Amino acid sequence: MTSPTPAPGTVTTPPPPGPPPEATERAPAVPADHVAASIDGVDVVVPKGTLIIRAAEQLGIEIPRFCDHPLLDPVAACRACLVEIEGQPKPQPACAVPVGDGMKVRTAQTSPMARTAQRGVLEFLLINHPLDCPVCDKGGECPLQNQAMSHGPGESRFILPKRTFPKPVALSTQVLLDRERCVSCARCTRFADEIAGDPFISLQQRGGRQIVGISDDTPFNSYFSGNTVQICPVGALTSAAYRFRSRPFDLVSVPTTCEHCASGCALRTDVRRSTVMRRLAWDDPDVNAEWNCDKGRFAFPYLQRDRLDAPLVRGAADGAGAHVAVSWPEATRTAAAALAEAGPRTVVLTGGRLTLEDAYAYAKFARVALGTDSIDFRHRATSAEEADLLRTVVAGCGLGVTYADLDVAPTVLLVGFEPEEESPIVFLRLRAAVRRGGTQVVTVAPFASPGAAKLHARVLGAAPGQEPGVLAALAQPGPDGGADRPDLSAAGSVILLGERAAQVPGLISQAVALAGSTGARLAWVPRRAGERGALEAGALPGLLPWGRPLGDPDARAQVATAWGVDPAALPTEPGLDLAGFLAAVAQDEADAAAHAAAPDAGDGAEAQLPARRVAAVVLAGVEAADAPDPEAFLAALGAVPFVLSLETRTTEVTALADVVLPVGVVTEKSGTFLDWEGRARPFGQVLRESTAITDARALALVARAMGRPLGSIEVADLRAELAGLGRWQGPRPAAAPVAAPVPPAPGPGQAVLATWRHLLDQGRLQAGEEALAGTARPAVARTSPATAAALGLVDGGPVTVAGAHGAVTLPLVVTAMVDDVVWVPGNSAGSRVGVDLRAGAGDVVRLTPAVRSDEPGGAP
Amino acid sequence: MSISEQARAELAELAGRYPVARSALLPMLHLVQSEEGYVSPEGIAACAETLGLSTAEVAAVSTFYTMYKRRPAGKHHVGVCTNTLCALLGGDAVWEAVRERAGADHDEVSPDGLFDLERIECQAACTHAPVMTVDWEFFDRTTPAQAVEVLDRLAAGEEVRSTRGPVVRGFRAAERTISGIDDDGLAGDGPNADDLMLATLHAAAERGVGPADGGPAAPSAAVEGRPQA
Amino acid sequence: MTLTPVLTAHWDEADSHTIGGYRRHGGYEQVARGFELGPDALIQMVKDSGLRGRGGAGFPTGMKWGFVPQGDGKPHYLVVNADESEPGACKDIPLMLANPHALVEGCILTSYAIRANWAFIYVRGEVPHVHRRLRAAVREAYAAGYLGRNIMGSGFDLELVVHAGAGAYICGEETALLDSLEGRRGQPRLKPPFPAVAGLYASPTVVNNVETIANVPYIVRNGAEWLTQWGTEKSPGFKLMSVSGHVRRPGVYEVALGTTMRQLLEYAGGMRHGGEPKFWLPGGSSVPMLTAEHLDLPLTYEDMAAAGTMLGTATPMVFDDTVSVVKAITRWLDFYKHESCGKCTPCREGTGWIAGTLHRFEAGQGTEAELGMLEELCAQIMGRSFCALGDAAATPFPAALTHFRSEWLAATHTPADQAFDPVAATVLAAGATR
Ligand SMILES: Cc1cc2nc3c(=O)[nH]c(=O)nc-3n(C[C@H](O)[C@H](O)[C@H](O)COP(=O)(O)O)c2cc1C
Ligand code: SF4
Ligand code: FES
Repeated sequence: MTSPTPAPGTVTTPPPPGPPPEATERAPAVPADHVAASIDGVDVVVPKGTLIIRAAEQLGIEIPRFCDHPLLDPVAACRACLVEIEGQPKPQPACAVPVGDGMKVRTAQTSPMARTAQRGVLEFLLINHPLDCPVCDKGGECPLQNQAMSHGPGESRFILPKRTFPKPVALSTQVLLDRERCVSCARCTRFADEIAGDPFISLQQRGGRQIVGISDDTPFNSYFSGNTVQICPVGALTSAAYRFRSRPFDLVSVPTTCEHCASGCALRTDVRRSTVMRRLAWDDPDVNAEWNCDKGRFAFPYLQRDRLDAPLVRGAADGAGAHVAVSWPEATRTAAAALAEAGPRTVVLTGGRLTLEDAYAYAKFARVALGTDSIDFRHRATSAEEADLLRTVVAGCGLGVTYADLDVAPTVLLVGFEPEEESPIVFLRLRAAVRRGGTQVVTVAPFASPGAAKLHARVLGAAPGQEPGVLAALAQPGPDGGADRPDLSAAGSVILLGERAAQVPGLISQAVALAGSTGARLAWVPRRAGERGALEAGALPGLLPWGRPLGDPDARAQVATAWGVDPAALPTEPGLDLAGFLAAVAQDEADAAAHAAAPDAGDGAEAQLPARRVAAVVLAGVEAADAPDPEAFLAALGAVPFVLSLETRTTEVTALADVVLPVGVVTEKSGTFLDWEGRARPFGQVLRESTAITDARALALVARAMGRPLGSIEVADLRAELAGLGRWQGPRPAAAPVAAPVPPAPGPGQAVLATWRHLLDQGRLQAGEEALAGTARPAVARTSPATAAALGLVDGGPVTVAGAHGAVTLPLVVTAMVDDVVWVPGNSAGSRVGVDLRAGAGDVVRLTPAVRSDEPGGAP
Repeated sequence: MSISEQARAELAELAGRYPVARSALLPMLHLVQSEEGYVSPEGIAACAETLGLSTAEVAAVSTFYTMYKRRPAGKHHVGVCTNTLCALLGGDAVWEAVRERAGADHDEVSPDGLFDLERIECQAACTHAPVMTVDWEFFDRTTPAQAVEVLDRLAAGEEVRSTRGPVVRGFRAAERTISGIDDDGLAGDGPNADDLMLATLHAAAERGVGPADGGPAAPSAAVEGRPQA
Repeated sequence: MTLTPVLTAHWDEADSHTIGGYRRHGGYEQVARGFELGPDALIQMVKDSGLRGRGGAGFPTGMKWGFVPQGDGKPHYLVVNADESEPGACKDIPLMLANPHALVEGCILTSYAIRANWAFIYVRGEVPHVHRRLRAAVREAYAAGYLGRNIMGSGFDLELVVHAGAGAYICGEETALLDSLEGRRGQPRLKPPFPAVAGLYASPTVVNNVETIANVPYIVRNGAEWLTQWGTEKSPGFKLMSVSGHVRRPGVYEVALGTTMRQLLEYAGGMRHGGEPKFWLPGGSSVPMLTAEHLDLPLTYEDMAAAGTMLGTATPMVFDDTVSVVKAITRWLDFYKHESCGKCTPCREGTGWIAGTLHRFEAGQGTEAELGMLEELCAQIMGRSFCALGDAAATPFPAALTHFRSEWLAATHTPADQAFDPVAATVLAAGATR
């Protein structure tokens, strides 16, 4: 009997009954770096180093396990996976022993030794485990329950009292521990230590009293804590959010994509009776492996909070006064009339949270229905330099640097980017790469953030504004010949540019130049889930879908054909972006003010008030607080004659809108996010019965009322249309490098403001999840010891950071960092930089020791 | 309580003795016990800070080892070996006597705060069973009456000498010695070797067997003048 | 004659624990000798001597040293296992009290042989006087130039650190010891890799018992052949055997391997009441018990294995018929339950279950069915736990059941303290020694 050489990892059919398995002829040739073995008589060829348990999985042979997790280092602690290896006197843990060449493994299926060993271990595991499956969250999806059924003993012989604990213990506001259920598998503690780098939970005590715990004063406040709940093989760890809320068999699961950030996590959303009960990380080896962050897991109550359910228009005929709920046709008619009049003088601001398909609908709506190119998805600090970068090296470039590239990059340079706060899966992938030993992370930042510390990152200290200089120095051979310089020229090196790079003039140009001179690859990592998709959809002035330059006639022709419109009808001049919009409204206001002051032009004739540059604005769920200067943004909205807002819920902006169209949230539609890599992350509709209207459909209704129909707005059709367009292959305009200005020099009592947002903060989509909020990092201010000393600030004491228009007072944490800089979180409780300070990174602020009321005169 | 600057410096000194600082954690926790009387939260925090660990990591270590106390210890630690051999040879009776005298049970401090009682495991002194320890110094071949007497004398503030070691000085002093931070100058106290440790030489003398180590015999002067153990 | 006073030869001199006392008998002369021989010759010499590890498992010491990869560019470490916590073992602690310099000199020679520049002596925490003596010895050795930089002009550097444990039997297991020495919970590590390849700080490390290392200077002084004059081919040399229990003169006896228990008993003055032991354990609580019928077996690794037990630490505990086997085994299981590190399921859960069930027998409440269950539970641990502690915990009961079944059956109705007067077993009872 000859059998062909099995390909790696393939399964050969089990031998027919008759000759014993040992008689099966060994396949003669095994690929290099592979080994051939048999498990329960079935031949298997696997790469060298493959663990028996993994090889068995490939054959569909089930081996019980608790401590084993494919993404954690093997520990072989629970002993549930014992198998017989021919020639070895004792059963061996399949989770820790690699398949050896010629090895003959027998699992419980064929080996009495393995069977009794496995049954014995399960019996031991059950003796102290409570029989509370009916009330346990894990009941129905519990590995212990399942494996006890399939591999365990029948009756328990244990008659002694079980171990009990008063229940439960809160490891954090979010994660609870029922200690008596814990089987000491150490998955949770190993995850916290190995994967997240947050060893705030650990096994305490020893022997039968060994138990997971925190230290009294430090809760398990890890951004990744929810993963431990998911991988706990029993119901020992539960989340405050989901505890006792439902049974697995009552849930309908839908694969989804996380809408919170550009990491692109695959999730599973579990729904019961039209309510999202929980979200889990789903397995995608290319992206999030099997992890996600707590924001993605727990921040979903917003889906059901403050929802708008009816279209609103202003009650009075003159458009002033209170909102009244109206029908969709009436609302769309009202909007259509106003927009038709405003036409190209309309600005469309789409925020960063739309799906690719919805963003595409806006891009098309702007060009076709409004005839304008004034559309910007960036609702945050931006720059023309950034837009240039996006147009020239990001949009339409397809899958660029990938997660897999990060795994093997020798050097990764972070510029304006804190991965743990701004793209948590990038952080986890980098941490895994660093832990494997081949990757060095270098960050240009004012100090080593907790995330940077966990990446063992080398910090190239820079105050906001100094970063371009640091990058420039990296490109120059230094006096030391560059020996001590991070080496970006090693093949595979990567520069990751965060969205905050746009805040520093010249920084992006410098990063592009550095990539050019070293050969390092450049990737742009925005914070919000919808930004890359919106960019590709053409929601940026001067840019049509998939990187098409608006100024290129071929590009316009392609798009016009796809859209079924006359190319001549498409705008040719770049429109306004967010900054342009604000500037234009300011000019309109100035004109109006001048006109009001001098209504006649001097010659007695009534002067003509110049036409407003911005007559209308269309908003797609933008949050005022996210604008670089929220107050200025709200003022601008107030000044624009007509505001249409497509929203899911009531916000500050709602009050300023003339027409509000309520649209669906992510669970109510299908769509696609593009993650930072440019990878498509499609997802299906979770709430199948939802009748919510998508942004695309709402726009189509308005467009139809305007007499400028958009064509089909079904998600599938929009996808097909986008796919049909394909990436732009033609020439791109070159970016104009921007020179870095001289960095700001703070005077006495001043410092340069550095800031970024914590992952968990006052972000609107996190609202309503108190347990999650309890694990957020507290807001503190940071300065260097020298800066603190110079300003009379003490560690732990309150410091007031004052901008031009406001101040925040926070406890100071003296930190090893660049001098003359103060860092505060961007949008945390007690520190909302845009709202409270009306300042941004790089602005000069004043620092004073906060005056305490009981201390007249305050600190010196 | 808070950890003094001096103690912090000593913790750092211990950490500096190893190629990898974390190796010093066990000695550091002994030092914390000598400073604080137990492994206090402040002590845990100080170790965590010195070594760059999370407090959970330090707590995980400190709760693994039985010598680390989680609540303020009594003045003297009193251990009675109740592992099989000692227990059978009288350890159980010694334990009962000590328990009664102190008015405390296992892992408890006597009401007067003097004695911190523990049933301990084998102390590698089985030849000397039953074994009691006070501040971890050996009280070999102890009877219940002798054990009670030791406690009485300690309670009366009298000087009490261990059978194979120095005068007992209290739990904290012992922990400082164990931490190894400095030399307490007591290495020469107590017998070089007691009678039971000399069993080989006694049996050899009876049978006329000499040293088998192949080394030089001691110079006669030294032998004559040598102090007998 | 099988009495072999080597390590114990001068303990009767009041200063044998000092450098003066040690040097009086040629101590530290072997350091120069070792440097002359060179590392490879030293390893060969220890190989040739046939020295086997004295920590319990009896692994050939020279072979272990030979596993350390040479020229790998990594630092190497020597770690001395001075955790001595095995119930019944009481030899390393006396050795370190009375002759610590033999260990220090052994550390120098061994470190030099395996090319280690750091050596650690991991001493269980509970013995402050041992810490003092050992630390004093190390201080003296530094002061005399035997430790530190460029020892005796050889170019060889060695730092020797005396390290304190903190109460955990499992830290005697060599990989748990390494984790503990790295400042972690003392839980055993997955093997492979073995310490010789990836031990302390993931670098090549030799872990040896105190007595093993203390043998080294004497082997270097007298040659490999010298050691083989004692013992058997498979168990050459001499051994510190602490004899404890119901003998007239318990104590540390240094004898040739292959000495029988009967001879040892004779040195120890016989049983306190005369007659023969009811049961005895050749080397700690982790080896199966033997009875009087085994008294004439040579105490060697191979003979003990043939008798179904192990030499272990070669520190016999001897019990007379005042002792309840049920009580003795129950107490040992309490120990294993207390000391189980918690890492693996069979040991963590099994020791508790077995100990709890044994307590029922000690109280006279066991059932015959539970005897069978206990045997099964032991079998469910044996060979399936993560490390040998589980195996050790599963060891005492089966042998005790084999030898004393009727006593276990009696324990289904009669409490141990009724069947055996606890006072009779104590040293206070008539017949106590000296
Ligand atoms: C539970 C357990 C406890 C042990 N305790 C000790 C001990 O206290 N001292 C010791 O030297 N070896 C002890 N060992 C054996 C060590 O693991 C190791 O084999 C020994 O230190 C090697 O030294 P050697 O080769 O010189 O014997 C123990 C092993 C186990 C499994
Ligand atoms: S809490 Fe769950 S994951 Fe953590 S050790 Fe216990 S059983 Fe394992
Ligand atoms: S049994 Fe108590 S010291 Fe050994």
